[in-house]
Amino acid sequence: MEKVDIIEKINGFLVEEFEVAPEKIIPEANLRETLELDSLDYIDLVVVIESNFGFKVKPEDFVAISTFQNFYEYVNDRVAEKVNP
Amino acid sequence: MERVVITGIGIYSCIGKNLSEVSESLHKGRSGIILDLLRKEMGYRSGLTGVLERPQLKGVLDRRARVMLPEQGEYAYIATIEALKVAGIDQDYLDRKEVGIIYGNDSSAQPVIEAIDIIREKKDTMMVGSGSVFQVLNSTVNMNLSTIFRLKGVNFGVSAACASGSHSIGLAYTLIRHGMQECVICGGAQETNIYSMGNFDALGAFSIRENDPTAASRPFDRDRDGLIPSGGAATVIIESLKSAQARGATILGEVIGYGFSSNGAHISNPSVDGPVRSLEMAVRDAGIPTSEIDYINAHATSTPGGDASEAKAIDTVFGKDKTLVSSTKSMTGHECWMAGASEIVYSMLMMQESFVAPNINFENPDEDSAQLNIADKTINKNISVFLSNSFGFGGTNSSLIVKKWTK
Repeated sequence: MEKVDIIEKINGFLVEEFEVAPEKIIPEANLRETLELDSLDYIDLVVVIESNFGFKVKPEDFVAISTFQNFYEYVNDRVAEKVNP
Repeated sequence: MERVVITGIGIYSCIGKNLSEVSESLHKGRSGIILDLLRKEMGYRSGLTGVLERPQLKGVLDRRARVMLPEQGEYAYIATIEALKVAGIDQDYLDRKEVGIIYGNDSSAQPVIEAIDIIREKKDTMMVGSGSVFQVLNSTVNMNLSTIFRLKGVNFGVSAACASGSHSIGLAYTLIRHGMQECVICGGAQETNIYSMGNFDALGAFSIRENDPTAASRPFDRDRDGLIPSGGAATVIIESLKSAQARGATILGEVIGYGFSSNGAHISNPSVDGPVRSLEMAVRDAGIPTSEIDYINAHATSTPGGDASEAKAIDTVFGKDKTLVSSTKSMTGHECWMAGASEIVYSMLMMQESFVAPNINFENPDEDSAQLNIADKTINKNISVFLSNSFGFGGTNSSLIVKKWTK
């Protein structure tokens, strides 16, 4: 899967399932603050990533993810790992 | 002792999605029962059920609230919005006062089954998501509504099988009477999904009159052959008279009696003695002669044994009065955990609009129901006081008496 497709997919479920306004999705913006994520929301984020990309996120991985860009990179890397372990 | 009044009612049921639709159905004797072929595919002995549309809450409630709400919680939310509106209670009032919630609910089958399926398949509990644990508990309705409406008073659920909704009102009435709460949101909610009734169906308690769904629920009729599961939610807002008067609320009725008992016998077989004691306790609590009760909304679910026992109990306590009786379950089916609250709402509508809703499909009495004065068609009648019965598995019984409010 190309990176652009991954970004499109992520933005799609953030808008659809997490109900974030599309215009608020800016690569440099803070993910947690923009989505107003609480501890429960992170669990749903793990579920939605698993169902969309087929890998399991460790909740502690979110510590290093600050911006949308970080999030895209993280998913992209994990998807690449899956293809070329 | 504080006087306790009803100021708000709301309903979401198979005979209407709001008070106005339900009132019309009650007047017309309209049934909400269908045959669901999916149930037959799943091996149900009976595919009959009350049918409801799931409310669309996207855009109404935020994602966090929706993720936590199971089916019956959605119904309860809609019914509560309506009841709060009728009561004239807004969010500002809820934020300023200690309004409580005691809501009846006794299962949440679908989220339990879905979560277990996911855990079995994924071998990872986190994959059930964040909402599951809040959906599966029997207290799911009160915990969700207390969060959505930011309630600050009493907060727990009642699980008493098919008497849950009735006991929720009785318990809140008791707390308000003793000055421990001023205003409580009560009610009952019942899921209707295909997973929720398989084990009840297993008992062979459901009607199999599948060729004629709207004639299948026939409480007190000689040819009844079982109940039809149904659901939705009903909310009843009760408060102290002082609280209602202080905020200038329109008072719809006064709860004047609550009776309860346990059969102390079989887990599912009905008794006559248990309901008689519940009825007598409610009448004693109300402090009025039985002759002052104009209408009895019977629990009668359309099972051979249950209806016969209730008929005997009503005849024991009200035999000399020949009080008008009907079972609205003839139209709604058995709304189980919700029924005790919904039947207060149905009876309140009858009291407000001066009619008795029909016990449809009552064509021939048996020897027990022949002793009762059953309304087999809509009757225009002024109702000053009504009584509503609810009985549940385990032999739990509840009777409530409500009086019309007169200044």
